[in-house]
Amino acid sequence: MVTLGIFDAFTPQNVQYLLGGLGITVGVSVISVILSFIAGSVIGIIQFERLPYFSKFVATINNIIRNLPLLLIIFFVYFALPKLGIHLPIFWATVVAMSTFESSMLAEIVRGGLESIDKGQFEGARANGLSNLQTMFYIVLPQAYKKMIPPIISQLISLVKDTSLAMGIVLSEMTYRGQIIYAQNSTYIIPVLIVITLIYFLLNYGLSLIARWFDSKLA
Amino acid sequence: MDLLQNNFSTFLQGFGYTLLSSIIALVASMILGTFFAILQILPQKWVQKVGNIYVQVFRNIPLLIITFFFFLVVAKLIPMNGFTAGTIALSLYTSAFIAETVRAGILSVNSGQMEGARANGLSFWQAMQHIVLPQAFKIALPSLGNQFINLVKNSSILAFVGGLDLMYQGNMVAANTFDTFGTYIIVALFYLVITLPLSYYMQHLERKLKHAA
Repeated sequence: MVTLGIFDAFTPQNVQYLLGGLGITVGVSVISVILSFIAGSVIGIIQFERLPYFSKFVATINNIIRNLPLLLIIFFVYFALPKLGIHLPIFWATVVAMSTFESSMLAEIVRGGLESIDKGQFEGARANGLSNLQTMFYIVLPQAYKKMIPPIISQLISLVKDTSLAMGIVLSEMTYRGQIIYAQNSTYIIPVLIVITLIYFLLNYGLSLIARWFDSKLA
Repeated sequence: MDLLQNNFSTFLQGFGYTLLSSIIALVASMILGTFFAILQILPQKWVQKVGNIYVQVFRNIPLLIITFFFFLVVAKLIPMNGFTAGTIALSLYTSAFIAETVRAGILSVNSGQMEGARANGLSFWQAMQHIVLPQAFKIALPSLGNQFINLVKNSSILAFVGGLDLMYQGNMVAANTFDTFGTYIIVALFYLVITLPLSYYMQHLERKLKHAA
């Protein structure tokens, strides 16, 4: 009976429910990583360009966001922003919170990537008649992004893991759905936790292998 | 301001628990992390494998799941409260990242250091402890600092298991006063008191190391 109990939790209905949660986890992560890649690039370039006052200002805001717990930002977006008249459904509140937080992380990666590019690349491009913006887009950014692929993938891994925090505002992602399943029966706790752990692990370990492959290819 | 005054002791208590959990987890994860870093550079292949599996497992699963595991499963066998369960989970999770950082630090210490120490009659462990590790920690210091900042931020996970930390108390105050906006701003300020100075100091250290190199 004990061995049977382990699989009791995984009725077709529960499995489908859990996998639906995985879909939401992946959805939030992918949308957030794309949004934060764009926003993070802009913020990183602003910091790198050292525009008077503006860059310092952006860097300060970025540092503040980077040094806050993501959970707090999630609660803030979902519970506090409505006080300012901004109402977001749970899914988009999570996406906004995670993108804000991850942009600040990616901005640091972009800035670091830009700083690692040899100064001669800028000077050479400028000497060949490219404008500042052209230099950035055609010469410097492509080289910097290539170096940034592995750290960006590790940020995606963080995103996948951190999506679980959104159960704090009752987003129906995988960890939350797991909790709903083992709330039916306390003997389900261990098998459900193990299966969720395995799914997260396989997903993230796969991503880390991709990052490592890029790392070895670029080195 | 009234909000802060009326609930000051609550916030302060939460701040204390957050700090306590972070410091305990820092010490525990430094010890565990260094241990698993050394495992990964020992000559025995199977020992390396054990260290590597530990790091990969804890790096790739959410901290929340580890916390639930201790709070819901382990706590049935060994009674513990949310604070303890959360702090243990936090230590294990962070130790995987610290192991990676320390391992990278050890590998960046010139191998001549180990060979020289061994040639001078030190045992492997003596050489590790007195020659290699001190240099490795110095190299790894900025990233270790960043791990500690992450640790402080991640300690907000305690709120999920009634861990009495800053985030948990913040949620209580928000629920009681309905002033979610003000409460979460105050909670943010309390977190920044710890993380922001550390972050600026680490940036300063990184720059200093870069110029020294």
